[in-house]
Amino acid sequence: MQEGLGFTPQLTASSIAHLLWLIPTVPMVAAGAMSLLKQPRRRIASTLAIGSLAFSLLLSLVAFGHVVAGWSHGEAVRETVNFTWLQFGTSNVDLGWVLDPLSAVMLVMVSLVGLLIFIYSVGYMAHDENYTRFFCFLSLFAGAMLGVVISNSLLLLFMNWEIVGLTSYLLIGFWYQKPAAAAAAKKAFLTTRIGDIFFLLGIVWLFAQTGTLLFYNGGAGSMEPLALGGLLAAPAAMGLSAAGAIGLLIFAGAAGKSGQLPLHVWLPDAMEGPTPVSALIHAATMVAAGVYLIARVYPLMQAGSLAGGTTTALTVVTWVGASTAVFAALIAVAQNDIKRILAYSTVSQLGYMMAGLGMGGVAVGMFHLITHAFFKALLFMGAGSVIHGCHEEQDVRRMGGLKVDMPLTFVTYAIGMLALSGFPLLFSGFWSKDAILESAHKWQANQWPFYMLLFGALLTAFYMMRQVSYVFFGIWRGHKPAHESPAVMTLPLAILAFFAIALGAIGTPAWPWFRGFLEGHSAGFELAKFGEPGFLPLIATSTVVVFVGLGLGWALYGNRSPRAEEQDALEKVSPMVWGWLRDRLYVDELYGVTVIAFYWWWARVADWLDRRVWGGAVAGVTWGFRSLAHFNRFFDNYWVDGGFDKGCEEMATGGGLLARVQTGRVQTYLRLLALAVVVLAAILIWSSRG
Amino acid sequence: MSGMASGIPILTLLTVLPVVGAVVALLAGKHARGVAMITALASMAVALLVWSHLPANGSMGLAEVHQWAPSLGIEYHLGVDGLGALMLVLSGIVTLMSIDAAHRVHRQPGLYFALVLLLEACLFGAFTALNFFHWFLFWELSLIPAFFLIKLWGGAKRGPAATQFFVYTMAGSVGLLLAFLALFLATKSMDFTHLSLLASTGELDQAVASQFHQGPVMMWLAVGVLAGFAVKVPLMPFHTWLPAAYAEAPSPVTMMLTGTMSKMGVYGLLRIALPIFGHQIAQIRTPLLVLAVATVVMGAWAAAAQKDLKRVFAYSSVNHLGYCQLAIFALAIPATSAAMQASQAAALNGVILQMFNHGITAAALFWFVAMIQERTGGHRGIDDFGGLRKPAPVFAGLMGFALFSSLGLPGLNGFVGEFLIFRGVFPLAWVAATVSILGLLVTAAVILTVIQKVFTGPVPERLATFPDMHHGERLAMAPVIALMLLIGLVPQLIVDSVNPTVVNLLAHWRF
Repeated sequence: MQEGLGFTPQLTASSIAHLLWLIPTVPMVAAGAMSLLKQPRRRIASTLAIGSLAFSLLLSLVAFGHVVAGWSHGEAVRETVNFTWLQFGTSNVDLGWVLDPLSAVMLVMVSLVGLLIFIYSVGYMAHDENYTRFFCFLSLFAGAMLGVVISNSLLLLFMNWEIVGLTSYLLIGFWYQKPAAAAAAKKAFLTTRIGDIFFLLGIVWLFAQTGTLLFYNGGAGSMEPLALGGLLAAPAAMGLSAAGAIGLLIFAGAAGKSGQLPLHVWLPDAMEGPTPVSALIHAATMVAAGVYLIARVYPLMQAGSLAGGTTTALTVVTWVGASTAVFAALIAVAQNDIKRILAYSTVSQLGYMMAGLGMGGVAVGMFHLITHAFFKALLFMGAGSVIHGCHEEQDVRRMGGLKVDMPLTFVTYAIGMLALSGFPLLFSGFWSKDAILESAHKWQANQWPFYMLLFGALLTAFYMMRQVSYVFFGIWRGHKPAHESPAVMTLPLAILAFFAIALGAIGTPAWPWFRGFLEGHSAGFELAKFGEPGFLPLIATSTVVVFVGLGLGWALYGNRSPRAEEQDALEKVSPMVWGWLRDRLYVDELYGVTVIAFYWWWARVADWLDRRVWGGAVAGVTWGFRSLAHFNRFFDNYWVDGGFDKGCEEMATGGGLLARVQTGRVQTYLRLLALAVVVLAAILIWSSRG
Repeated sequence: MSGMASGIPILTLLTVLPVVGAVVALLAGKHARGVAMITALASMAVALLVWSHLPANGSMGLAEVHQWAPSLGIEYHLGVDGLGALMLVLSGIVTLMSIDAAHRVHRQPGLYFALVLLLEACLFGAFTALNFFHWFLFWELSLIPAFFLIKLWGGAKRGPAATQFFVYTMAGSVGLLLAFLALFLATKSMDFTHLSLLASTGELDQAVASQFHQGPVMMWLAVGVLAGFAVKVPLMPFHTWLPAAYAEAPSPVTMMLTGTMSKMGVYGLLRIALPIFGHQIAQIRTPLLVLAVATVVMGAWAAAAQKDLKRVFAYSSVNHLGYCQLAIFALAIPATSAAMQASQAAALNGVILQMFNHGITAAALFWFVAMIQERTGGHRGIDDFGGLRKPAPVFAGLMGFALFSSLGLPGLNGFVGEFLIFRGVFPLAWVAATVSILGLLVTAAVILTVIQKVFTGPVPERLATFPDMHHGERLAMAPVIALMLLIGLVPQLIVDSVNPTVVNLLAHWRF
């Protein structure tokens, strides 16, 4: 357990911890206020959104500073504020929030990247008629996302998680008059909900088993040794403990949100949303929520592992992550839409994060999450700037030579691209990816994930070089000349570019500050790390892989300016394989003929059962009663002696009753009701005398 | 009940109030809606008063007991606990919503609103009666106003729909009637409180066994009672009357049918079936769970196949009430540990919350459908629309709240009940819970398809002038939306009054 490594946890909550709830609440309240605004109040809307998130950033920085200060004094800060939300029987549903290194780091990242994207959106969405609504949804998203981050309760996390999903749905479908956008929004919500129903099962199971959904509660939380011991002792099925089974269920939710195989299909389609949305939600923050979730419940995922060993849950996380990393990178190679390339790249990088969590622990996965958030937001916003400059063109084959027309965008984009590719030493992405490769290399269970991730790194460098060559090099192949974007858009790019480089400094093997901070132990300079056997060769290997990828990309696409009608350079090598990759390996088509076809077929079965079988049975019974009634009347009229016709009349009335009921005559119903009451009373009187 | 025990028969007053209002409305002609509105508001106030004066320990409060026909075991016995009081409040809210939605009734408004108020009176009567005879009267009488409302103001196929609704529900009641006759013969009592006391000690089973010497009579009686409720709620496959009735009834009446009358069935399961026949239900728990799971899953899927918005929401109601029945049957198991008791308490709290939440949300959805129909000359096919968000953004936004509440989005009311239900059911019947959770996914698909088809895409020309909600409508809908948010964020507001009753009930039930 990670707590074992570090200092003793601090239990009392400081005043900043007590104020932590303001960080998500202020943007949410701002969103509520904006929803009541009349549509054209543009200035007020963006001011409210930016102001509230700036406040959240400020408070996040204070919280972060508090945790860092505690950490540098040798305390592992973990402050929680919990409260009872709901009571049932004698049990409680408790919610709460937590300030610890994990939440502090994530808070700063989300609010900082969010703020930059908010500012950028002022320029990007300037001409949109639903500008006010856009900032309203964006603020709601930011609030809910920050809520996910500070939650000290799996339930509170899930609630924010779903609202994040809602805002993602609203923003993907922001241009709702485009049928493709509406369809993509629905697909995103439903695909992630597949993961979420498993997640919900995991939540209720964890709750039933441990009696709490709080993560940390002074020893009584579900992520603390007492509860974990109970979970390990409880058997589930197929040799799994309850801890393992619940871990896998929660991972299903994380896989949905973070676009892991086989639930990745929604993320590329999500690019139908405005580009700032793609940058914020579908690259930097929301899609990383799944990774954050696994980091948050890591004690559960890790429960029962021996020193240096792994658990079933973490093994699954690793394999899913590594497979996703390669799978999505392969598809990214053959895409031509500037945002779709980045979308598949995001799926792939999320796979890296998951694999990093699975093999290397929280610090490894989270470091890549943080660096990726900055450089991927940078790339998406750069792509937005390109799209803007090229008059809403998204096909990379119809661009070219933009390094001259859009120099600021080009420089910042290049920095992002090199960080994503893992260009050695200078860029943050190199160090975070290298930490994942290192842990994969050291993973005792299997070496395949290491080779998969190495291959993925090659593909990453390759597809990014292909994209940059298409967009920024060669000659302009569009119609109207491109133009550089306004400062409100390029300034955030520059700030992000700075972080895409600088963040590497906190996670190099020589000074693993980030790891020390998250794991709660001091981090000094460890130059000896470079001398460890196998370390330099590993760095050298990944460097070579990156250069091979970049070089291949340049050789095939650099300065070539291929036209849209031409075959792609790789297509000439193998048109068949190219076709598979271009068509996204037919996963959507597969789901179309299986899951979706089943859904509609089964809906028709349900409807048919209703109309024909159950409805038919009712009709049959009705018919039976009618026949009986007619027979009864016939019997009365012709066979029974008229001597006691008074009684017979009564019988005929009774027999014909059900038939007459079908005529809908109201008197009949009243009579039926009265009759029932009379009969009841008669029987009662008779029986009470007896 | 200190403050209220000063001799004011408040529960009787509550039931009489709408009857008086109905008579006035009948005479008021074109002012009938105003009369109905005032009556419903007053009833609402009284219901809230009752709700705020419950005994803190969750037992029956505000009791009124009078001799009626002692030789027949018939007493005039009224009382409410957290469950009954919440149903009173729900009936009050939904009736108000229904009257507000019915501003286009031009044909015989006096009769229409009189019938609506009579229906409300029957609901109040049924949710406060603690003697079978008395309760059964209201249970059956409630069909009459509902029948006429469908029959006289309904859609094109209102005739068969009304008849099927009436006959089917009535046929379901036969089992109820026979069962209570048998119980009376065995115990000389028709009092719910007394009978459940006998059941909890096991004396009831003995009494019935000694009265009727052969066969598992109690089990047959339990099945008869369950059949009555299974039709009313409904439980698959006894639900076939529902889609037609909901679709053909005028939308404000559908609001009453789904918002309140379906709750009479769930209420009956909780007030009558579980306390008196808990032991028998526990024995046939597995087949009942199968039916409940089928109700949840097939209800949701059947909704996916519908082309009429009202039928979509009708089946969606079947699905949502399926969760209630799932939890009710799942908790019918002898609790052998504190953990099981906690799960039962979660499930039961969840059921009651779900009843309330579904009532509000489903009524709101049918209200929105009524508005759509009004604005488009009666259109309500799911494929008749498109892009409505463009001409009517406020309408889209507010209906979006109701739709996402129905979907079970956290932060809105629908989620809380479903969460507690799954929290309770999963440890008690994990297979049923695991299969049922599919319902959440299918419901989401259904709701998002509705949004996609109605609100997104290009706007057809004939809908370009679709009027948005005017101020009056916004004002009417705002409290409902606010309630959805409030319960979603602070569910303890409701649970505070429900949980003591849940604890009290579970302590007395024997499975």
